[in-house]
Amino acid sequence: MSHDHSHEAHGHAHVHHHEENFITKYVFSQDHKMIAKQFLITGIVMGVLGMLMSMVFRLQLGFPDMDMAFLKPFLGKWISVDDTTGFGKLDPNFYLALITIHGTIMVFFVLTAGLSGTFSNLLIPLQCGARDMASPFLNMLSYWFFFLSSLVMFCSLFVEDGPASPGWTVYPPLSALPKALPGSGTGMTLWLISMIFFIVSALLGGMNYITTVLNMRTKGMKMSRMPLTIWAFLLTAVLGLLSFPVLFGGSLLLVMDRSFGTSFYLSDIPVELTGGIERTGGSPVLFQHLFWFLGHPEVYIILMPALGITSEVIATNSRKPIFGYRAMIISLLGIAFLSFIVWAHHMFITGMNPFLGSVFMVTTLIIAVPSAVKTFNYLTTLWRGNIQFTPAMMFAIGLVSFFIAGGLTGIFLGNAALDINLHDTYFVVAHFHIVMGSAAIFGMFSGIYHWFPKLFRRHMNKAAGYVHFWLTFISAYGVFFPMHFIGLAGVPRRYYANTAYESFDVWMDVNQFITICALLGGLAQVIFLINFFYSIRKGRKSEQNPWKSNTLEWTAPVEHLHGNWPGEIPTVYRWPYDYSNPNYTEDFVPQNVPHEGQTDENQEFEHPHPTT
Amino acid sequence: MSTETTALKKTKSIWAGGFSPFNVSYGKLMMWIFLLSDAFTFSSLLVAYGTIRFSHPSPPHGQVVIEGQTIKPLGHVPEKFVELLGETKNTEGITYFSKQHWPSPELVFNHFPGLHGLHLPLFFVSLMTFILIFSSVTMVLAVEAGHRMDQNSVRKYMFYTILGGLAFLSCQAWEWTQFITEGASLHGNPFGPTAFAALFFIVTGFHGFHVFSGVVLNFIIYLNTINGTYAKRGHYEMIEKVGLYWHFVDLVWVFVFTFFYLI
Repeated sequence: MSHDHSHEAHGHAHVHHHEENFITKYVFSQDHKMIAKQFLITGIVMGVLGMLMSMVFRLQLGFPDMDMAFLKPFLGKWISVDDTTGFGKLDPNFYLALITIHGTIMVFFVLTAGLSGTFSNLLIPLQCGARDMASPFLNMLSYWFFFLSSLVMFCSLFVEDGPASPGWTVYPPLSALPKALPGSGTGMTLWLISMIFFIVSALLGGMNYITTVLNMRTKGMKMSRMPLTIWAFLLTAVLGLLSFPVLFGGSLLLVMDRSFGTSFYLSDIPVELTGGIERTGGSPVLFQHLFWFLGHPEVYIILMPALGITSEVIATNSRKPIFGYRAMIISLLGIAFLSFIVWAHHMFITGMNPFLGSVFMVTTLIIAVPSAVKTFNYLTTLWRGNIQFTPAMMFAIGLVSFFIAGGLTGIFLGNAALDINLHDTYFVVAHFHIVMGSAAIFGMFSGIYHWFPKLFRRHMNKAAGYVHFWLTFISAYGVFFPMHFIGLAGVPRRYYANTAYESFDVWMDVNQFITICALLGGLAQVIFLINFFYSIRKGRKSEQNPWKSNTLEWTAPVEHLHGNWPGEIPTVYRWPYDYSNPNYTEDFVPQNVPHEGQTDENQEFEHPHPTT
Repeated sequence: MSTETTALKKTKSIWAGGFSPFNVSYGKLMMWIFLLSDAFTFSSLLVAYGTIRFSHPSPPHGQVVIEGQTIKPLGHVPEKFVELLGETKNTEGITYFSKQHWPSPELVFNHFPGLHGLHLPLFFVSLMTFILIFSSVTMVLAVEAGHRMDQNSVRKYMFYTILGGLAFLSCQAWEWTQFITEGASLHGNPFGPTAFAALFFIVTGFHGFHVFSGVVLNFIIYLNTINGTYAKRGHYEMIEKVGLYWHFVDLVWVFVFTFFYLI
């Protein structure tokens, strides 16, 4: 009898919860927290893919005489094995494909969608005090376009002639003439299709982020009280929204050149490459202009969310207000504006007018000013702080280190005269891998460790986090620091092997060192992956505000509710960096706590300096 | 929790949170943001146009003087042009087109349906522009009627707007057909550099695609108006949102027109 009853109760419970089934909850979810997780996991999967590719080409560069037959099961015909000796070599064309897809995946799929997609989705509604994004439906579409784009890029790896291989910047004519390289054929077409889906995703996401920040802040959340993360995400979205369409236009013309016989980017092409049609009148430099009009803001699309995350993590874990809150906002605005007028510093040696080169050199060097403001503000926030060395904090400090180290070489490269020597050498590779690659990925790790309790209601393992940090930090410098010297010696990037030239061959021992560091770095990520996926299920349970932080996301319950707060959305009474306020006994005062005697949320109070 | 510093000032700004700073719904804000983004797409194409246009020399004689109707119908010119000197001259020896020079648009687009053989520079494209601007006017009237909750007027003006959009698309189809019949394609142009035709097809095509999407959207909200969806909802904001898009497409045409036909 009671047995029957329990069955009935069970069925009854199901009826109550039927509005959320597996599909609507985990797959086509419109909840911003779930979409954030989807972006994160997809980003991590793509990141692993991109990392594995770099391992393969690092092996080739460090040990060009190595037997690669053991990779045959994974890479198939891209490893040519000698029948008699059984010795395996990496196919040179596949090497080009590897560097192209590694760049594309890391720049767009991991550090654009994986970073800004994850944390904009998670934090914008939670830190602004909104129930969800402005349009949850478009938000869902944004993820699925990204997924489709990732899928197409992934599938392009299995094309007969190999994936796209003209480098991640896909300069014509290599990218415009299907016969130019094996990877200029179907692989390149799929690359363009994938990017068009990606741009649609970025557009839908960006529209949502901007609208939510502008329109849906809770009461009292003035622009001058927004956490710096939100400022960074807002400006990132603006950058994406204004620069991705230009890549769209550029890609459209490239598709036309590839498939419909136009010559926008082609001039004086030998007839045997074009199938008899005359291809003339266009300009390959035009593509570079259009590409870098996206390409340079893209650097800041990658970096700014990481900088925003770092501001938040450093202030929280120094138990001090961020130093120069307004200066931080102004420098973000400055970086965002300047990022649109520096693009031609990627093109100094294209034959551009040298006067134009010096104009772009000046704007480029000006970017050092807001960047330095940010760096010094991080350092002064840390200064005499009560620093909590959580894994997130370690990664945030790591970001500052990379931002300085990579920023300094930016001053060399921004110089039009020096660029004649340094262009397309390993010096460039070292520069951008430190300043936007390592710095941004450290920002992403920092964000993952810091907001993991918000995403998955559990903590990641701290000890594994420290091991992950130190191994990654040491190996990242081990990989990219020596590249400066190789680059200064003139070793060009993108070469399959440097053994044919005496002056490049002498660097072989350094290349081996780099490869060993890269393998060590890869190993460190295995620790991270185990920690990440293990902690999702088995991690230590988190309390509501584990870092004693001020921002609104920590006022929401640990359980994920649709709508974020069970009752009314909290009202904001103060700025987000009230740490170690001498007027309070606790060393943090959340944004939703009113000042003593505050009658309405718009009243402003002074921010007292913490007693140090 | 001892002595708090005193309040500095009491400010109430539109950015204070809790409501939209521009006093617009999220949908309308998103439409504005989308249009801003789309403006950059068109800009990139027009920048490409500008770059390629000015890498070629201007038409041989700048503004070629046309004396009345005496010139030959241009439909016959191309074959001669290709075969002979790489130049096209009229009977008096004035050069019209050459392989090197960017063609004069008023000599390329000088046809009008039903008036075969007449030299009517840019008459037809002016008519197209007029039609599109007129459809923007009817769109404004539809939005205004929506504010008055006047379902019948909204329906009427939306109908005219759709009609205007379709008329524009039909005109464009005719213009393309004419140009293609004369031998233009994505990889060939009898009037001069290939890029002229390729850019013409891409940019007007991309704009035409926007107009087509606009007509589809207009048709959907027209049906919704007839069904009384907006009357039930209590406001006609959807008309405003689609209206913004429609005006944008119209504005873009003004730039496309300027670049391709006037410069």
